[in-house]
Amino acid sequence: MGIRERLSGNEAVAIAMKQINPDVVAAFPITPSTEIPQYFSTFVNNGQVDTNFVAVESEHSAMSACIGSEAAGARTMTATSANGLSLMWEMIYIASSLRLPIVLSLVNRAVSGPLNIHNDHSDAMGARDSGWIQLFSENNQEAYDNTIMANRIAEHEDVLLPLMVCQDGFITSHSIENIELIEDEKVKEFVGKYTPKHYLLDDKNPMAIGPLDLQSYLFEHKAQQAIAMKNAKKVILEVSKEFEKMTGRKYGLFEEYKLDDAEYVVVCMNSTAGTVKQTIDELREKGIKAGLLKVRVFRPFPGEEIAKALSNAKVVAILDKADSLNGQGGALYEDVVSGMYNEKLTIPTVNYIYGIGGRDTTSKDIEKVYEDLIEINKSNKLENPYRYLGLRGDK
Amino acid sequence: MAYNLQEVMVNKPSRLTSGHRMCAGCGAPAVARMVLRALKPEDHAVIANATGCMEVSTFIYPYTAWTDSFIHTAFECAGATLSGTEAAYQSMKAQGKLPKDKETKFIAFGGDGGTYDIGLQSLSGAMERGHDMVYVCYDNGAYMNTGIQRSSATPKFADTTTSPAGSVIPGKMQNRKDLTKIMVGHHIPYAAQTLAMTNFKDLYEKAEKAIYTEGPAFLNIMAPCPRGWGYNTEDLMVINKLAADTCYWPLYEVVDGKYHITYKPAKKLPIEEFLKPQKRFKHMFKPGNEWMIKEFQEEVDRRWEELLELEQLTNKEN
Amino acid sequence: MTENKLNPKTPYQDLTIGGNIYDAGNAKEFKTGDWRSQRPVWIEEKCKQCGLCWPVCPDDAIPVTKEKKRTDFNYDACKGCMVCAKVCPFKAIEKEV
Repeated sequence: MGIRERLSGNEAVAIAMKQINPDVVAAFPITPSTEIPQYFSTFVNNGQVDTNFVAVESEHSAMSACIGSEAAGARTMTATSANGLSLMWEMIYIASSLRLPIVLSLVNRAVSGPLNIHNDHSDAMGARDSGWIQLFSENNQEAYDNTIMANRIAEHEDVLLPLMVCQDGFITSHSIENIELIEDEKVKEFVGKYTPKHYLLDDKNPMAIGPLDLQSYLFEHKAQQAIAMKNAKKVILEVSKEFEKMTGRKYGLFEEYKLDDAEYVVVCMNSTAGTVKQTIDELREKGIKAGLLKVRVFRPFPGEEIAKALSNAKVVAILDKADSLNGQGGALYEDVVSGMYNEKLTIPTVNYIYGIGGRDTTSKDIEKVYEDLIEINKSNKLENPYRYLGLRGDK
Repeated sequence: MAYNLQEVMVNKPSRLTSGHRMCAGCGAPAVARMVLRALKPEDHAVIANATGCMEVSTFIYPYTAWTDSFIHTAFECAGATLSGTEAAYQSMKAQGKLPKDKETKFIAFGGDGGTYDIGLQSLSGAMERGHDMVYVCYDNGAYMNTGIQRSSATPKFADTTTSPAGSVIPGKMQNRKDLTKIMVGHHIPYAAQTLAMTNFKDLYEKAEKAIYTEGPAFLNIMAPCPRGWGYNTEDLMVINKLAADTCYWPLYEVVDGKYHITYKPAKKLPIEEFLKPQKRFKHMFKPGNEWMIKEFQEEVDRRWEELLELEQLTNKEN
Repeated sequence: MTENKLNPKTPYQDLTIGGNIYDAGNAKEFKTGDWRSQRPVWIEEKCKQCGLCWPVCPDDAIPVTKEKKRTDFNYDACKGCMVCAKVCPFKAIEKEV
């Protein structure tokens, strides 16, 4: 039986990090993830962890230091949001290409500009092709649980990729919720020791990291990364199964909520799923077969599995909390639809861009989505598959 | 221990092998190799390298010329990268995860592009945080790797591909940044400026102090680039000597805030001696451009005088 | 020279991940001698073994014995910059014509 607590999402992640007790944390403050390094440096200065906390002078340096540290053979973690991730840009690609299993807590916030400190997923979506594993979390509990599982997944020898655990800025990072923590000893045992095969500080076997990698090699090295990302799917499921054994909390590639017999399905990520679930319950009472598919693992993207899970639906709405500004649709939408195409699943799908810059998304908004789905099904007409939810002036 | 070139030759192994792809006659490899020779042979090192000539020619997959552990990440973050590695070392050592009796030293190399310019912030951060590491700038006075573009280390009037000596604007119109003094301003325990001269004594001794001083240390080492500067490759050491003898590149160290000039030329040579053999300054010798040489000389003199005064002020023993 | 088993024919499965190299210093297997457009020649009789030519070599091409004596150039490494010849106080290194 775990420990019952009431914590904010940031606190929950910081406590997970304390229990993991990494060798190094290098981080730079940025709203809304600032509290994570704040809480964590308190643990460091009070001697509650063995970690060396590097208070770097920028996010670019945070990720650089994380790379230097992880390559040295140290388990290394960090946290950031939005523009912080933007400043890390160059380095997040380098972290993944050097195959360093760094774990980053990404507290999702709108990327500038104009400046906005509130939640959407534009930071995470921008990093979707950077070679990082991306796990999304509906609430504090999931942010905590995903963090506990993160090192195991990232450090697995078939994977060796960095991983970011995403949660919604302010909505979950700053809201206090009930949470069940795992005992320190159990976490320690679950996470285990970090034992890289090759590391810079191995003086008996010096190594070189980060070459000039020219035409004869870069393609092959990229293919290795792509295969590691595919391998991650299996590893995530294995680690999640083990986690379930320890806690009773079940995690897959995505969560299905009343999906089995659902005719009208919403696909979304992070905290919006909570609102969707509540709306579904209300609709179900009215006899409407509404359901939800909440994506937990966005990278690697489980396209095939999602398509199979959606195969009984009549109409699907895919909610993107970031606009791709590509004239075609949001990132989640495009990935789900291409997964469906490969599985020859041709049910009508509609994309909603919503919640940009922290715009509230209420159960009324979600109800409107389901009403649209019912209408599409009835009229058999889908005129604008790339649309907005909650935008003023939208027709 | 007194410096003895013969002893160094025999007892200090090369930690930067042949087979790297730096240009023939490049001033950087010999400098880097001698810095590394200042390591005790029994000590392990982790070398970080900013993107630049040195990096792209010493570690081209699948060959590395570094016999120690080596990491390259990007252009502007050798300081930050190595500070992470050093932090890992401190943490793991304290936790008993590394052998107790084995020392690892941390040395970063960056060109003037990766150090004076794009990497200045990450270098400053690493120095301020007090990591036990040495940052070595090999200053060849321009972005040589991308084809000789001006940097903030490029001397005034130099002809580069982004400050060409044109008919209206005669080369770079700004003075060079004094990075060593910026590093001294961080109040780190050891900062020094040197170059490869004769038997490398000055360079070797400063490298040894930098490596074995606890805490952050900075070395600024002039490393001529035959292509970018436009002189015959064989003249590398001649150019170095002229830089020191004209006081264009003063050799000094600052230990806990005390300045010590380690080489005072018996006869300070006029700056023309340094400028003349280099094509990048050729336009300064055209009739009518005498003012450029005069101005250059005045700036060299001003900085040299300032250095003498700083030594006087901070270090009465000299 | 042993052939590096990581080469442009190696399938991706057999390449090291991330471009790591675990054989530190293996560049010494890579020959740069064919870059040379000028060739330094060591005149042993004139050499006083002062050592000054040795540290200036950018390419580690001047071997030194345990007896503190330089030997003939490693022409697999020497790129022919002639820096060594210029620093020799005894004219013991000449440019081959």
